[in-house]
Amino acid sequence: MSDEDEIILSELDDEELVQQMFDDLYDGLKEEIEEGVNILLERGWEPYRVLTEALVGGMTIVGADFRDGILFVPEVLLAANAMKGGMAILKPLLAETGAPRVGKMVIGTVKGDIHDIGKNLVSMMMEGAGFEVVDLGINNPVENYLEALEAEQPDILGMSALLTTTMPYMKVVIDTLVEQGKRDDYIVLVGGAPLNEEFGKAIGADAYCRDAAVAVETAKDFVGRKHNQMRA
Amino acid sequence: MSNRFTEMLNSHDVLLADGATGTNLFNMGLQAGDAPELWNVDEPKKITALYQGSVDAGSDLFLTNTFGGTAARLKLHSAEKRVRELNRIGAELGREVADKAGRPVAVAGSVGPTGEIMQPVGSLSHALAVEMFHEQADGLKEGGVDVLWLETISAPEEYRAAAEAFALVGLPWCGTMSFDTAGRTMMGVTSSAMVELVESLDPAPLAYGANCGTGASDLLRTVLGFAAQGHSRPIIAKGNAGIPKYVDGHIHYDGTPELMGDYAVMARDCGATIIGGCCGTMPEHLRHMREALDTRPRAGEAPKLEEIVARLGAFSSASDGTGDDEPSERRSRGNRRRR
Repeated sequence: MSDEDEIILSELDDEELVQQMFDDLYDGLKEEIEEGVNILLERGWEPYRVLTEALVGGMTIVGADFRDGILFVPEVLLAANAMKGGMAILKPLLAETGAPRVGKMVIGTVKGDIHDIGKNLVSMMMEGAGFEVVDLGINNPVENYLEALEAEQPDILGMSALLTTTMPYMKVVIDTLVEQGKRDDYIVLVGGAPLNEEFGKAIGADAYCRDAAVAVETAKDFVGRKHNQMRA
Repeated sequence: MSNRFTEMLNSHDVLLADGATGTNLFNMGLQAGDAPELWNVDEPKKITALYQGSVDAGSDLFLTNTFGGTAARLKLHSAEKRVRELNRIGAELGREVADKAGRPVAVAGSVGPTGEIMQPVGSLSHALAVEMFHEQADGLKEGGVDVLWLETISAPEEYRAAAEAFALVGLPWCGTMSFDTAGRTMMGVTSSAMVELVESLDPAPLAYGANCGTGASDLLRTVLGFAAQGHSRPIIAKGNAGIPKYVDGHIHYDGTPELMGDYAVMARDCGATIIGGCCGTMPEHLRHMREALDTRPRAGEAPKLEEIVARLGAFSSASDGTGDDEPSERRSRGNRRRR
């Protein structure tokens, strides 16, 4: 490595710097991402622009390669960790500047399921895509979801279950929402275990997401459509 | 060191392992989210029945009901102080069933993943992982298992930590990983990378292989990947009975007993020595596997991928991450300074 030219982030122009931040996110370099975020802010970028163009842009590439089987969980966790470093700087500034929200999600593993690696990945990737995520943790009975939906008013409800034995509980939650006439207030995304779209349809979810990257794409798609409907 | 399991491995052409633990216990009334390991103490008759089901179906070895028996897993049920007890009793129940079988049957002490992500990516340290596996393995040894059996692992760090713990306990061991993500483990390990890992360990496992994952087809592709590395170490194939499907509010595995019979002989032709099932595999499936292995001749050569698809169903991904048909390279240009 010693004979390579050292990259000085502050010497790059904006476009080069953003490209370099894409690479650094891909390689999970947290300190470099923090430095890059600070440089862009010093140059007068709006916090929201830093988030969407540099961080979300970079995580989109990570997500695509995860989806395509080029990157795996360890690399994605490192990238998400680097992203978090940048987000920690941006979060208070975003709140101050009243930046537009990409969307909000409430997520948790269903009752009986204590496996949370997949759910955590989705949370991180959703945050990486600029969503606000309220994580209910593991083993949630239907009441937990209802309470959180009431309190948080999210766009999306995400449910995760690794065990094929706990997946049917997702239907219990959806059926309860239907009974209470609240089902159409939320986009319901489900994931986990080696099931498929048929399963998602069968239980009345809006979509079954194969992995965290697909969850992000699907969430963006649905939230976009929802906003369009509201405008129409 | 010679023991029942090593003797069986040396004297048998192929060993039939057991089927699913979870699927069977759920059929006996275990509720989703409950720790199966607690039943070793609370419902010993059902656990004995689970083991007996495999033995009666013709299994040469079966795994104990101790998959989630590390402190990390039991903690989620506030039973982290009962690691030794639950593992010991799970093993003792197995010992009783095996010793009454009237033929040699080995008891394999099941050890599953901690469920934590190890350093440097996650927070679980190597030392703590070794300590937790050691504690569990001690309990299994005390209960009289013939061999320790690591399964459903996805991270090489965790496989290594368990190997170190098993060496401290001084029992022979076997270890399988779960290849469920585009032909690799969740952590990105390919079949060839696992062989490299296994051969680098001391003491190395007596046998290694794949369990669970997605369908039986994918699992056989992984076994072919192991065999292609050209080592003589016995290979384990424990595939799911087909793919889970959601039918009328329940999860049902679509692999029939007949299909699992085909799977068993194909696994043998692919190079596996220890063959069993995983999720969805019931005693009825095992009976068909036993009969198929006992009555059908070896094919003489490994099945082609097309034949696996034709008989067992499609693969879940185009490639398994080995060979030249990789989807594409990592994008990073690697031109970054590293601190």
